[in-house]
Amino acid sequence: MANLKELSQREVKFTAGHRACAGCLPAVALRQVTLSVNYPCVVGFATGCMEVVSTIFPYTAWKVPYIHVAFENVAAVMSGVESAYKALKKKGKIDEEIKIIAFGGDGGTYDIGFQALSGMAERGHDVLYICYNNEAYMNTGIQRSSATPFAAQTSTTPVGAVEFGKKQFPKDLTQIMAAHGIPYVAQASVHNWKDLNMKVEKALSIKGPKFINILAPCTLGWRYPAEKGIEIAKLAVETCVWPLYEVENGKYKINYKPREKKPVVEWLKLQGRFSHLFKPENQHLIDEIQKEVDRRWTRLLELAGA
Amino acid sequence: MKVKALTGNEAVAEAMRQINPDVVAAYPITPQTELMHKFTEFVADGLVDTEMILVESEHSALSATVGASAAGARAMTATSSQGLALMWEILYIAAGLRLPIVMAVINRALSAPINIHGDHSDTMGARDSGWIQIFSENSQEAYDNTIIAVRIAEHPEILLPVMVTMDGFIISHTMERVEVLDDEVVKSFIGEYNPKYKLLDVKNPVTFGPLDLQDYYFEHKRAQAEAMENAYKLIREIDEEYYKISGRKYAYVEPYEIDDAETVLISLGSTAGTIKDVVDELRLRGMKVGALKIRVYRPFPRDEVKEYLSNASVVGVMDRSIAFGSVCGPVCLDVKAVLQGTKMANLPVVNYIYGLGGRDISPKDIEKIFFELEKVKITGEVPNLPRYVGVRGEEDYVGEKKGFKIKN
Ligand SMILES: Cc1ncc(C[n+]2csc(CCOP(=O)(O)OP(=O)(O)O)c2C)c(N)n1
Ligand code: SF4
Ligand SMILES: [Mg+2]
Repeated sequence: MANLKELSQREVKFTAGHRACAGCLPAVALRQVTLSVNYPCVVGFATGCMEVVSTIFPYTAWKVPYIHVAFENVAAVMSGVESAYKALKKKGKIDEEIKIIAFGGDGGTYDIGFQALSGMAERGHDVLYICYNNEAYMNTGIQRSSATPFAAQTSTTPVGAVEFGKKQFPKDLTQIMAAHGIPYVAQASVHNWKDLNMKVEKALSIKGPKFINILAPCTLGWRYPAEKGIEIAKLAVETCVWPLYEVENGKYKINYKPREKKPVVEWLKLQGRFSHLFKPENQHLIDEIQKEVDRRWTRLLELAGA
Repeated sequence: MKVKALTGNEAVAEAMRQINPDVVAAYPITPQTELMHKFTEFVADGLVDTEMILVESEHSALSATVGASAAGARAMTATSSQGLALMWEILYIAAGLRLPIVMAVINRALSAPINIHGDHSDTMGARDSGWIQIFSENSQEAYDNTIIAVRIAEHPEILLPVMVTMDGFIISHTMERVEVLDDEVVKSFIGEYNPKYKLLDVKNPVTFGPLDLQDYYFEHKRAQAEAMENAYKLIREIDEEYYKISGRKYAYVEPYEIDDAETVLISLGSTAGTIKDVVDELRLRGMKVGALKIRVYRPFPRDEVKEYLSNASVVGVMDRSIAFGSVCGPVCLDVKAVLQGTKMANLPVVNYIYGLGGRDISPKDIEKIFFELEKVKITGEVPNLPRYVGVRGEEDYVGEKKGFKIKN
């Protein structure tokens, strides 16, 4: 595992000067992930905020080979890149070891790109897929996705006289990817660079499909002051809304167990998208969220035999 | 050179075996399935070096092909109908990224109602997507066109994806005599693929597919149109080279008995063969009829069409698809467009829509079309809407109305 000093001295693959919002944590996630990749690599992107902010002809923030094709197909595109790599390597046209990495937002991963991702995983391509999860379709103006939390307010789940925001709990994609039986699946958070770095390094040392789901708060969509992002990401882990864990060859390991599990309201109260929950008549929604977080956490503890 | 008995699907699979692409990604759909069965047999027997990706959809088939091509590999795929429709989004991207992908399209009708048989609705829906489109009349042409397509796509002044089509079942499943080149001859004809920019060239990183807004997008699209123009100029040179290795001469269009023909019938694909037979028949009866087959449909062979119609008195255009809400079928629209502004602007052009969902087109039907065109030539009365051939409830040229009754 690289230490902070080493990481800081590595050649930057994703440079500054891109057009993400101030305080954009998906952009920080990209920087952390790419710094952890100590190999030549090819990067593929699904349409979304990070794709849009990182290139605009004739500029690019990418110092490594990069491709963007469409919203729902980055896993398929990178399956093709990986197959090309295998073919060209076999022919002796390439000799270096190159890592193939796909990035998608939660929309491009949980929803529209899910089929392609599932296909890539099932076929066993040697690709690291990273989902930067900012819990909604931010690029198109903060619409709900299947990763959006219960009761969150988005542009398509507005709070109104008869509605309280999103009606469903988020799909547990990390578990779904683990159910594919691929060699490595992990959940990480942008506030814990050490854990994230360890997971990326480990994933890249394993052959076959790998999936890392990184929680990455978005100032615009979650509605918090730019400087609060890391704190909010940390609270997601401290409240067990977003546990840090790995599934390596089917074996679960919880990477961080809060000494004292914080109540979910600590996380909710810092975000404008949940502000309506703090009206007295909505207390039951907070209770429901707490219940679901507890249920998922207990299940994870069981899976990890902890 | 060997002579083999091959279906259209097998002929293309054979061409693909000889091309030996680095990557093939495909998803099954009738009538393309047999092609992929054959090709995966070649993979299983180690007869090709191809990395075969058996994807979970056609959207992913073309996406993976795009990824492989951008990575620096020679990449191919094949599909039909709904599969092509599902690829639609990525068709435009493959062309916009200027990736020299070759795809076999085994033409089939589009749903609804669902139908697995041959017509051109699928390919016609992609005619303006930026792909070069080459239609094949028979298995031999499907084989030859597939090999030629690799050179067209990869030409540095073209760099556009190419669709090679054949009519579903009519060609794809019909066993014919096919002359197959020697493997070595094909190998040296297509050469090594070595693109200028490739993702896997990690020492020279490039960005593929950046955001491109009001300030540059238009220039890139304009350049893409120029690439299509280059294709129009250069395909003939590649055809000429192919002639040298195969003895088979191809051109953008194939005229048949056209020099003194007063009545000319234009078509694409397998129907051209039937039309040639009917032309022979009618010529024996003293009628001055001829035919023009369009092989390269995109880029549209505007000069060739004009040239070969310059002596005609009346023209019929066969469309195996409907352009709903348009004034005529897509091929007819193109033919009419090239005649505009020329001395042939008033040449009577009649559109015939036929063969949808694999409906057979018989020599008798084509004969009737020629007779109707003769009538148009004499009376000068030109039907201004498409005529539907061989469909219940339509009046044919002698004014008979075919019954609506559907017999089991
Ligand atoms: C086929 C298709 N449908 C819709 C869109 C519009 N679109 C572009 S990005 C996007 C949302 C991206 O959301 P996500 O993947 O979560 O990434 P984020 O922007 O949040 O980082 C949508 C809906 C598209 N580009 N393509
Ligand atoms: S909208 Fe959110 S995800 Fe997008 S650039 Fe801004 S902070 Fe980042
Ligand atoms: Mg998102």
